Amino acid sequence: MDLSQSTLVELRDAVRGKQVKAVEIADHFLQRIARIDREFNSFLAINPTVMDEAAKVDAAVASGLDPGPLAGVPIAVKDLLCTKGLATTAASNMLKGFVPPYSATVVERLRAAGAVLLGKTNLDEFAMGSSNETSAFGPCRNPWNRDHVPGGSSGGSAACLAARLAPASIGTDTGGSIRQPASFCGVVGIKPTYGRVSRYGVIAFASSLDQAGPMTQNARDGAVLLEAISGRDDLDATTSDEPVPPWFRKIDSDMSGVRIGILKEAGIGDVDESTAVVFSRAAEAFRKLGARIVNVSVPTLRYAVATYYLIAASEASSNLARYDGVRYGHRAARPTADLDDFYAANRSEGFGLEVKRRIMLGTYALSSGYHDAYYIKASQVRRRMRDEYASAFAACDVILSPVTASPAFKIGARISDPLEMYRNDMFTTSSNLAGLPGISVPGGFAENGLPIGVQLTAKHFDEQSLFNAAAALESALALPKKAPHGV
Amino acid sequence: MAYEAENEGFEAVIGLEIHAQLLTRSKIFCRDSTHFGAGDNENICPVCAGLPGALPVLNERVVEYAVKTGLALNCEIRRQSFFARKQYFYPDLPKGYQISQHDLPICGPGYVEFVSGGAKRRVSVTRAHLEEDAGKSTHHGDYSLINLNRSGIPLLEIVSGPDMRTAAEAADYARAIRGILRYLDVCDGNLEEGSLRCDVNVSVRHCGESALGTKVEIKNINSFRFIEKAIEYEIHRQTDCVLNGERVAQETRLYDPDKNRTFTMRAKEDAHDYRYFPDPDLLPVTVEKDWVEEIRSSLPELPLARAARFVAELQLPEYDATILTQERALADYFERAQEACGNPKAASNWIMTEVMRNLNESGTSIARAPVTAERLGKMIALIDKGVISGKIAKTVFSAMWADRGDPESIIAEKGLAQVTDAAAVGRIVDDVLAANPSQLESYRSGKDKLFGFFVGQVMKLSKGQANPELVNELLRKKLRE
Amino acid sequence: MLTEEIVQSIAKLARLRLSEGEATAFGRQLSAVLRSFNEISQVDTAGVEPLVTPSEITPRLRADVVEPAAGAEEIIANAPEKTGRLFKVPPVV
Repeated sequence: MDLSQSTLVELRDAVRGKQVKAVEIADHFLQRIARIDREFNSFLAINPTVMDEAAKVDAAVASGLDPGPLAGVPIAVKDLLCTKGLATTAASNMLKGFVPPYSATVVERLRAAGAVLLGKTNLDEFAMGSSNETSAFGPCRNPWNRDHVPGGSSGGSAACLAARLAPASIGTDTGGSIRQPASFCGVVGIKPTYGRVSRYGVIAFASSLDQAGPMTQNARDGAVLLEAISGRDDLDATTSDEPVPPWFRKIDSDMSGVRIGILKEAGIGDVDESTAVVFSRAAEAFRKLGARIVNVSVPTLRYAVATYYLIAASEASSNLARYDGVRYGHRAARPTADLDDFYAANRSEGFGLEVKRRIMLGTYALSSGYHDAYYIKASQVRRRMRDEYASAFAACDVILSPVTASPAFKIGARISDPLEMYRNDMFTTSSNLAGLPGISVPGGFAENGLPIGVQLTAKHFDEQSLFNAAAALESALALPKKAPHGV
Repeated sequence: MAYEAENEGFEAVIGLEIHAQLLTRSKIFCRDSTHFGAGDNENICPVCAGLPGALPVLNERVVEYAVKTGLALNCEIRRQSFFARKQYFYPDLPKGYQISQHDLPICGPGYVEFVSGGAKRRVSVTRAHLEEDAGKSTHHGDYSLINLNRSGIPLLEIVSGPDMRTAAEAADYARAIRGILRYLDVCDGNLEEGSLRCDVNVSVRHCGESALGTKVEIKNINSFRFIEKAIEYEIHRQTDCVLNGERVAQETRLYDPDKNRTFTMRAKEDAHDYRYFPDPDLLPVTVEKDWVEEIRSSLPELPLARAARFVAELQLPEYDATILTQERALADYFERAQEACGNPKAASNWIMTEVMRNLNESGTSIARAPVTAERLGKMIALIDKGVISGKIAKTVFSAMWADRGDPESIIAEKGLAQVTDAAAVGRIVDDVLAANPSQLESYRSGKDKLFGFFVGQVMKLSKGQANPELVNELLRKKLRE
Repeated sequence: MLTEEIVQSIAKLARLRLSEGEATAFGRQLSAVLRSFNEISQVDTAGVEPLVTPSEITPRLRADVVEPAAGAEEIIANAPEKTGRLFKVPPVV
């Protein structure tokens, strides 16, 4: 069995069926990482106990115990999720050397499902970025073209899949941070409904927008992985009681009569030619599968980037106030004059530029005199947008849209222009604002060989429709099983 | 002597903010113990230490206690209330923000009634809101140390209207709030240990003016007496300020009990921009009507109502009723004692004298009093039945206090029962008359006043146990012979 | 346009120290960002309640149960500076 090319489902079936040992799988990926990740910089840390964890799964299989639905699958986790005893950095100098005393609920659930933690993946510092260039530990590179970004912020989680350094990974998505890198790297990325997956132990960027989710080779793997991490958590008051359906088992790729919505406001006019082609082919594929293409409208969509950045930065400025160098994290070496100087020294040295920029933006948007015009106004637009989406979903089951306006850009191309970088997120941020589940599915390739994804969005807690449509699209497009050069 | 602002044509406007630590087992947003006196940073976890990724989850009992208090303060209980983040940097504030209720707190407007200066007063309560406590900093010259055990202890902040005009009234308001909190068993009300904290807002204005003067806040005063003194000082200081043509500065001050004065803590110039916004980690707190009614039905009778009932139903004087109802345990004790004897006034007298004196001397709480209410009642009944005299009862009471004994067995053991046997008392009377021939002579020749002398002698010889009525009767008879 | 003075006052509020160069760059960038974001003022939001949590989640409360704090040692172990079990900071008064 070719372990590198195997899907999550194939691997776990093989482990459960005793065709392959979990330790063999873990060892295989560890060796690949050691051999080639220096080219991509997708991992920030390898779990030192990964072989022990794999051995435990094998022991369970051998003794006839149920090893769980993720039996023996090594999973790479974005270094934004706390892992007990294993340094967690958020790709920031601020948290260099921080060792959490606890693990995120998602990590606990992965282990409970029989997965083994492979390592921690690179990201934009505190998940603030769309290119993985703001990582304090160096940018991650796109395996399809190493001069290009893998996307962000979950760049490492996407790149390690494309480079076959892990069979599946966990990312987080605040404004597109799972879907956009998935699109850039040619993998599947799922942002669950807000409240579906526990945020406990996920280092907060913007609490009302953040969701962790799976990144996988295909939609079916995504369904299995999402099932394992979803559901109410007593440690996160914003998780929903909504039951977690057996998505994987219930995947139904029959698209006849399914209504696919196309947004009037996010048409192909906004995207480059290759993206437009990929998008149109996907729409055509759905039509051929018997789906009805309907036009829907979310009039406030054009304000999504502004609304998103104001809210995300406001919440971030508050969430990042705890990094003060008192209990953990970076502390300036030089003596400080007073308490304010102490804070300013610790924080200015610990945070990178983009993080500071967003803290500044958010502090301003919440400050007295501007609070109403920015934070409150954006929160009102947010409600309108959510309600408009609810109306749109009365007319359709799934909305099809591009993920980004163009495929992965070159490293360094946009980093000096924040507004240009922010505009990148025009198709992804609205689902976070509205709390909707979304998936990015590989849709094709640009002429330069870089992958391009398409995005599907469904109503709250209707991830099933996403998996159905994504699985149908995957079979219909039947993209060649290409791998990046040299992988 | 209390300073009277009115003397100068001024009146004071006083409002109080009282922070009450709620007596829950675990903290407001995490499962750490609230236990007072734990080791350094022993009761901390990722949530209350503000670790990356940790999230708050609201404690149900905190909400219950807030509703309970709100109902007792006649507050509107909001079906939906919200938590916000109040943002500022301080080393004992782990997250860089305090989770607190800002707009729309759980308890809306209400009022509290209490007795002050012999008259019933009503003070409005503007709001009562929930928040988390911060940790504790200790200062050691060139460094400070942070202990987070207190971080996340639930607080209910009760804000009064600017309704009070005198220092005494403000202190009585604070006492009334403390009494209610203790009645409800939601806060132990210990000012010294900081489980109850009082901030006072004081301003002065010319009598008859409706606009408020510049408000000065005095923080963290740790006794009711100091509340009164700090306000008196502050009224005096502000009045002088105005009289001297100076401006009263808007600022926060602290009270120094040793010097009996207040001093500037921080000027309002460096006021914070707290950048409040709703905490996205917590959903709105929803309190359904059913729950409110369930809590309402569990409310105990509160001090003022209880005192009124003691006066109306048990014919206690107002004074007794007020004293006895200050603490719920004391009022319970009184009720049990009076039920056991059927003599409320006697029970009240005994409690307000012997019981309270012994409690004070031994530093015990009423809950731990060695003489139970039932036994005290039984003893009073024995007095009323004539088994023992009031005087002997004091001996019995002391014995009960010392040995936790039952009054009847103590009386039997020590032979303290009154002698009501006419033959026995008659023999003592005979002995007394025989031993005092000259007094007998004088009495019979008209010195009536000596009757008392004979009674005294008989009581002395009987060690106080002879039934006084019987003694009188027999003496009268024998002296006539 | 965010003047350097405003930028520095926000930085102070956020406890960040910005070099002159950083302050100038931030002023320019944030001005451009805010100019663009001001487009939201065009949206009619009269009478619209601000939205925080976007999906319908039933609020629930935690029972008042103590679970002995595990991990206190590991929390303290992360401290940049400490005395005994207490976090050590510059003098705060």
